[in-house]
Amino acid sequence: MRRRIRENLIHAVLVAVAFSSLVFLVGIVLVLFREGMPIFQKTGLAHFIFGRDWYPTYDPPSFGTLPLMAGSFLVTVGAMAIAIPVGVASAITISQVLPGRARGIVKPVVELLAGVPSVVYGLFGMQIMAPLMMNVFNLPTGLTALTASIILGIMALPTVVSIAEDALSAVPGTYREASYALGATRWETISRVLVPAASSGIVTAALLGMARAIGETMTVLMVAGGAAVVPTSFLQPVRPMTAAIAAEMGEAPVGGSHYHALFAIAIVLFVVTLAFNMVADSFTRRFQRKVAGG
Amino acid sequence: MIRGAQDPAMTEGAISSKAAGVASAAVAAAAAAAAKTAEAADAPGATQAMKAAEAAKALAAEAGGRVLRQKRQRRQAAMFALMIAALVIALGFLALLVGFVAVRGIGVISWEFITQMPRNAMTEGGILPAILGTFYLVIGAMVMATPLGIGSAIYLTEYARQGPVVRAIRIGVNNLAGVPSVVFGLFGLAVFVKMFGFRVSILSGALTLGIVVLPTIIRASEEAILAVPVSYREASLALGATRWQTVRYAVLPSAMPGILTGCILGVGRVAGETAPIMFTAATFFTARLPGSIFEEVQALPYHIYALVTEGTHPEAQVPIAFGTALVLLALVLGVDLAAIVLRSRYEKSR
Repeated sequence: MRRRIRENLIHAVLVAVAFSSLVFLVGIVLVLFREGMPIFQKTGLAHFIFGRDWYPTYDPPSFGTLPLMAGSFLVTVGAMAIAIPVGVASAITISQVLPGRARGIVKPVVELLAGVPSVVYGLFGMQIMAPLMMNVFNLPTGLTALTASIILGIMALPTVVSIAEDALSAVPGTYREASYALGATRWETISRVLVPAASSGIVTAALLGMARAIGETMTVLMVAGGAAVVPTSFLQPVRPMTAAIAAEMGEAPVGGSHYHALFAIAIVLFVVTLAFNMVADSFTRRFQRKVAGG
Repeated sequence: MIRGAQDPAMTEGAISSKAAGVASAAVAAAAAAAAKTAEAADAPGATQAMKAAEAAKALAAEAGGRVLRQKRQRRQAAMFALMIAALVIALGFLALLVGFVAVRGIGVISWEFITQMPRNAMTEGGILPAILGTFYLVIGAMVMATPLGIGSAIYLTEYARQGPVVRAIRIGVNNLAGVPSVVFGLFGLAVFVKMFGFRVSILSGALTLGIVVLPTIIRASEEAILAVPVSYREASLALGATRWQTVRYAVLPSAMPGILTGCILGVGRVAGETAPIMFTAATFFTARLPGSIFEEVQALPYHIYALVTEGTHPEAQVPIAFGTALVLLALVLGVDLAAIVLRSRYEKSR
């Protein structure tokens, strides 16, 4: 009898504990909306999203976040233009081209590098990459969307490589054998059989790399330059959403419009990354079904 | 007589074989003649020409196949070179990053650097408060996240039945893992710092970091628990053990190395996070070490950021920032490396 009470008690505790993640997630949503909604009432949703002026400390202030969203978009696109081709090609090399022994060393090294803190990337970008860019392109400042894109692209590489490599390695060996039996070369097998078979896994890799780039804070805060204007070229400084939150929250008076506006930006950020993660999740499931069915 | 009798026979045989040879030659000649006549005639000549063309085609195809094969091989070599170049670029970039930080940081690092207080408005002295601050934050975050994470993993793998409850929890775990780190920082600011009134403190920062690292620990623990063979559980249950006893004495001991690896990786992640502690725990400068969990602290990642963006003596601060970055990098990569070594040793022993 006591044993059963104990069992039930433990069960109840575990259920409660297991719900913690969901509680935190719901808590985050509630807090973001509670603290962010007032700004929509004040400036209107349309102005918040499409307004081109981000002057949070002027009198009267203006809370148009288009420059910030454009900054995030530009930097993310630039980062992906680097991380996806280089990352997927690296994954192909690791899983299909390198001999098994080298693979056993390179894969852990890449995974290890995924752990480099973002502030270290930021320091590298700020102190080494930016002066280089300034000289190469003859710019007034090296802290631009391009510099941020390059650093973010490098940062997203381990994520993209690791997940894409997993996907390629998960393709059943019979696919490769069948392709060889038809007389295809190794490259033909890779490009026409293995990559298409792993495509949903590779898309997941790209999406998660992208989600990481959008949500990344410290690197863009330190490297992107911080100018809150709608950019017209990669060689301009930008202020992505995450950088705006991180840079301005310290100065924004709690409960003021600026404070609410920064939480509202976080809502946008949260929704975008949530969407990316959910889409990536559905691709993962599709890939798992496909490999299991193959 | 016998020889005589044999002789003609022999001759006869020789003759007959010769005749056969002649005959076959004659057949060949006849065939050739027939072919010539056939060529002269129209209708069968077409098939003959077609046959010849086919033979030529086969010959050409063989030669062409060689060319095509060479082309395909060349293409493969070119593409492989491109793929390998991409990997070299990727690893090169990352090596460049680690290399630069190491080279610029190593000159600053000394025993004093890691054991002394900063002096002269952050332009001299050591980074002891930042090292200790990061240590406190990591301990606090792990104290919060480890029980929650392992408990969640046990529930999801050993207790829960597939259904809406599990699906809801999974959505929670998966999406929590994807939340940008700065959003955690805002959550910590609104809830721990303001609502609970913990102010900017070790406690607020540790709680926020605990949430950040929770999904990592849940996933690693789940994986480790699922890797325990079902027969362990069956054997335990067959002996009359309850479900909890089975988990406690049969499953967890076997899953522990894997769970530990996940926790160590979590430590690496927590130590390097900056955005979640910016508004909840970190400060650029403290004159003394924190006396309680309700005080704000310096932390390694935030210290790097602050050194290169604040203050008035960049020429003195930047080298210190690189030194701090090298300490952080060594800490994080060392911890991660330990986890990877532990994991591979554990996988080998299974």
